[in-house]
Amino acid sequence: MTDIATSLNNAAASETPEGGIRWGLVLDHAILIAGSLFMLLPVFLAFMTSTHEAVTVHTEGVQYLPGDQLVANYSTVLFDGIGFTGAVNGTTMMMNSMILGFGFAIGKIIVAMMAAYAIVYFRFPLAELAFWAIFVTLLLPLEVRILPSYEIVRKMGLINSYTGLIVPLIASATATFFFRQFFKTVPDELVEAARIDGAGPMKFFIDILVPLSRTMIAAIFIIMFVYGWNQYLWPTLITTNEDYFTLVRGIKQIIQVWVGAQIPEYSQAMALAVLAMLPPVIVVVVFQSWFIRGLTESDK
Amino acid sequence: MAQVHIDRVSKIYSGTQRAVNDISIVIPDGEFVVLVGPSGCGKSTLLRMVAGLERITEGTISIDGRVVNALEPAERDIAMVFQNYALYPHMKVYDNMAYGLRNRGMPKAEIDQRVREAAKTLELERLLERRPRELSGGQRQRVAMGRAIVRSPKVFLFDEPLSNLDAKLRGQMRVEIRKLQRRFGVTSIYVTHDQVEAMTLADTLVVMNNGVAEQVGSPLDVYKRPASTFVAGFIGAPAMNLIDADVSDDGSAATVGGAVIAPLEHSAILEPGHAVTLGIRPEHLRRAGANEKAEIELVVSAIEILGADTLAHGQIGAGGPGKSNLIARLPGTTRLEVGSKLPLAIDRSAIHLFDRETGRRIVSDKASQTEVTPRARLAAV
Repeated sequence: MTDIATSLNNAAASETPEGGIRWGLVLDHAILIAGSLFMLLPVFLAFMTSTHEAVTVHTEGVQYLPGDQLVANYSTVLFDGIGFTGAVNGTTMMMNSMILGFGFAIGKIIVAMMAAYAIVYFRFPLAELAFWAIFVTLLLPLEVRILPSYEIVRKMGLINSYTGLIVPLIASATATFFFRQFFKTVPDELVEAARIDGAGPMKFFIDILVPLSRTMIAAIFIIMFVYGWNQYLWPTLITTNEDYFTLVRGIKQIIQVWVGAQIPEYSQAMALAVLAMLPPVIVVVVFQSWFIRGLTESDK
Repeated sequence: MAQVHIDRVSKIYSGTQRAVNDISIVIPDGEFVVLVGPSGCGKSTLLRMVAGLERITEGTISIDGRVVNALEPAERDIAMVFQNYALYPHMKVYDNMAYGLRNRGMPKAEIDQRVREAAKTLELERLLERRPRELSGGQRQRVAMGRAIVRSPKVFLFDEPLSNLDAKLRGQMRVEIRKLQRRFGVTSIYVTHDQVEAMTLADTLVVMNNGVAEQVGSPLDVYKRPASTFVAGFIGAPAMNLIDADVSDDGSAATVGGAVIAPLEHSAILEPGHAVTLGIRPEHLRRAGANEKAEIELVVSAIEILGADTLAHGQIGAGGPGKSNLIARLPGTTRLEVGSKLPLAIDRSAIHLFDRETGRRIVSDKASQTEVTPRARLAAV
């Protein structure tokens, strides 16, 4: 009760600007700023640390101020060979991560949309069962089925290939479910109008349903790209050739490989971590504006 | 342009439920037919069967002499206007209209010409580059009409196209649809539950109830000679007064609880004691003059003043076994008070008589000839 009373007072206070400082507003911002700091501080520390020499990091720990190795570290990470054999550099790994992220997201969207399309718009025997079978796979994440999955991929000779990286993960119950729910909200009259307009099943899908799903596609793309980008376990298992290493895997490789007499290249690992963060951020920023624009323009 | 022949068509759901039951209608070329009835009467189902959106369980539908039962909607050469417009939200108005033509593989130049022509007819020229969400309800309705027109189909199908519009716009669009249909002369089937729309638009009215065509006829014919108590109660606002009555011993009057309430002209075909339902439209009741014999006396319970008319709601035979509610439409100048007794005279020729058991109209010899012959008719079954 007191909470409600206070917030009501706050609301009242914020409506009267002549009453001096609006404490409600100050409180709101304090919470927001604290939250932002909490989220951004680790990123800031990683960036600062990545601009120092490995020795400094090793002796003094995480750094709060910028060092003088920014260019050196980042160029080493991006262009010089790192890893066990030195055959792979940051650029290649970023390329690999991109291929995995995009392949993963786009593949999932295509497969999920087609599956949802079949389930929602076509009457076939055991359709409901098919849907629930897909849905139940949510209970079986990759970690649970990793050994059989690996075995199949190995037998198919897909180890150390992009196909092996992407295809086994491409089916998505989550995305199928979201598209199914979305398709169910599309008015039946639209299908009927399209039928009268002479659009067959494929035409309806491509001309009407896909454009209508833009916002849904954007949302799922964001989620799936980040998910794919951050995959660690599967790429570790499926790629032994360094040419196929992804960034997320490479970060660990830097620290893991140079044990022994040498100091692990902590600052390079941090630099790689900062680089690994950028593409997901860009994707989220780009698609979010698209996504929100789609949400605010009510279509149906 | 084409004749539509609906021949003994039924729609049966889950084996037993007959949504449309054995309906036969012949719609001549260029005719505007309105299917009217309450929700769930099967009118939309029938329309959707003509469109090809619903499978035909029994019977055949032919358009222009060609049986279309097995054809896809696009192959039937029809165009349909939906209640919620069903415009493609992501396409511009132009593309909405052009989509069907493109799917047919029509040359670009011809599509362009047709779309612009339709846009001109419907005054949509300035809206061609807009998307549906940027349009008002009335404009969307026009686009939906445009999408139908550009295809120059053999048949127009309308599924309650005006239900989502406000009353004023609905009135305007009603007139416009009628004008357009006349201008293009395209056979049209129009589904509505609004009887005003039905009366004003139709060349031929098909009144449906429980999957059955209760009556097919010109609007005026249906109004003047409703074939059943259902039609009598459905067409006309306020609804026709229906009073349970018995035929007097000499067959000359309808009695309620022994009291004569209306004289009958149907004596030749009625047996004494026959259970009938008497139908009198509110507009055929008038206040009895000072020297006139009042046939019934209405105890007024409510008054609705509409300006041009005054509706008197009340009861007759209050307290007795023949107590019955009644509405009378009186001139707007009539002054009434609730609780007062209103003597009413009945226009004899305006009395409708129905068999109480079957609900069907009892046809007297004199009234059986039709004044308006509808072009569409119930096919001889």
